[in-house]
Amino acid sequence: MEQAAVALRKTPLNAWHRASGAKMVPFGGWDMPVEYSGLIAEHRAVRTAAGLFDVSHMGEFTLTGPGALAFLQRVTCNDVAKLVDGQAQYSALPMPSGAPVDDIIVSRRGAESFLIVVNASNIDKDFAWLQQHGPRDCELTNRSDDYALIALQGPKAAAILQSLVTFDLATVAYYHFREGDVSGCWASISRTGYTGEDGFELMVAPEHAEPVWRKLTDTGREHGLLPVGLGARDTLRLEARLCLYGNDIDETTSLVEAGLGWTIALVDHKGDFVGRGVLESQKKNGAPRKLVGFEMIERGIARHGYAVYLGDERQGVVTSGSYAPFLQKNIGLCYLPTSQSAVGTEISVEIRERRVGARVVPTPFYKRPR
Amino acid sequence: MYPEDLRYTKDHEWVRVQGERGTIGITDHAQKQLGDVVFLELPAVGRTLKQHETFGTVESVKAVSELFAPLSGAVLEANTALSQQPEKINTDPYGEAWMVVVKLSVSTEVAELMDASAYRAYVESEAK
Repeated sequence: MEQAAVALRKTPLNAWHRASGAKMVPFGGWDMPVEYSGLIAEHRAVRTAAGLFDVSHMGEFTLTGPGALAFLQRVTCNDVAKLVDGQAQYSALPMPSGAPVDDIIVSRRGAESFLIVVNASNIDKDFAWLQQHGPRDCELTNRSDDYALIALQGPKAAAILQSLVTFDLATVAYYHFREGDVSGCWASISRTGYTGEDGFELMVAPEHAEPVWRKLTDTGREHGLLPVGLGARDTLRLEARLCLYGNDIDETTSLVEAGLGWTIALVDHKGDFVGRGVLESQKKNGAPRKLVGFEMIERGIARHGYAVYLGDERQGVVTSGSYAPFLQKNIGLCYLPTSQSAVGTEISVEIRERRVGARVVPTPFYKRPR
Repeated sequence: MYPEDLRYTKDHEWVRVQGERGTIGITDHAQKQLGDVVFLELPAVGRTLKQHETFGTVESVKAVSELFAPLSGAVLEANTALSQQPEKINTDPYGEAWMVVVKLSVSTEVAELMDASAYRAYVESEAK
């Protein structure tokens, strides 16, 4: 079903994207750029220089008050108590089944002040879920419309941003954040991202999105910075084996099966949390399925939804699959029975009624050079 | 880009008719819609194509697109070199990115194809 352009929401950078000639697509109810100069060029720019992403469509909730920490410990799977001021963690909102409502980033601004960043497609669902779980002695507010979010990612990201801030970016460690002015505009700057590269996500006021974006593109030009659309955002995160909610994880996939067991904190001081029972049991006894990475060994591109076979037995479908523009091979993710998921296992993917050979490989497919 | 010496289809293929030979590819408009092409599947020499039926597949990073035969005939040549370098579909859609040559079997089919100005008008109306 086509969405009329007039019904789609627009980020503060929409006019800039359209003026630059970006190919626009509807995404989760938003009019978003899928590519500007070409997906492959954009993807490679992020791996070798830098790329700039408009991710303003994502959601942001604030949670403030003396009960904020306890509430988050109850509704998320990671240990919120280990965060210090200015630190963030990747986490999820588990259901009683152990499957996620969403994957999220939780940031501690202060002992009684947290920020939760959620997927654009799940903003309303997540907010309703959190409300249903009864925040006590704390206030949950949906601030998604109050913030624009710009991601600057790549080996040159720090060099580009450094010239626009007054403090040393080396003091902002991975998965930490601080506030600062970027080109005279307030920003919350976190060293996080969805590409597998070093980089920053800048949260700014909506009216500052365009001036900050323009300043970054001007400063970044000599470093090889390109604006990057959702197309390359997807191929970048796939190479780095980062899950996409709706593809690799959803309300039917347990966090343990998805390989996100490392986010599940079964420590005493965290106390009980939604889904703890199932997740604890799966971590101890194993889960029936496992999300694995594979590489095509015969000619063909595996895509989301294509059937996966072990011998002649259908196992499910490709959850994410694509040509990988930096690795220059065809890769994908799928769930296999844990007992048949070892690296080297041969599978086949049904591509237009033909079974095409693939092999389970270690992930992440790509790891940035350190 | 609408070379005058070619004929065109609504599925954005082009044909260069030279006597009984028809050389087939996809248009500049098609390659722009697709984005960076990374995969191409062509029929084997000797296969018989029927007008409007699929004869292969072209894939960009994001999209899968079937190729529809503009004309009927037996495949005389298939550009297997292009399958190794499918990105040429983006850079030279009317030259190096020719896909197949067929021996035309139904001469009346050629008249059904659009000329350059009709195809240009068609593309521009699709954009609205």
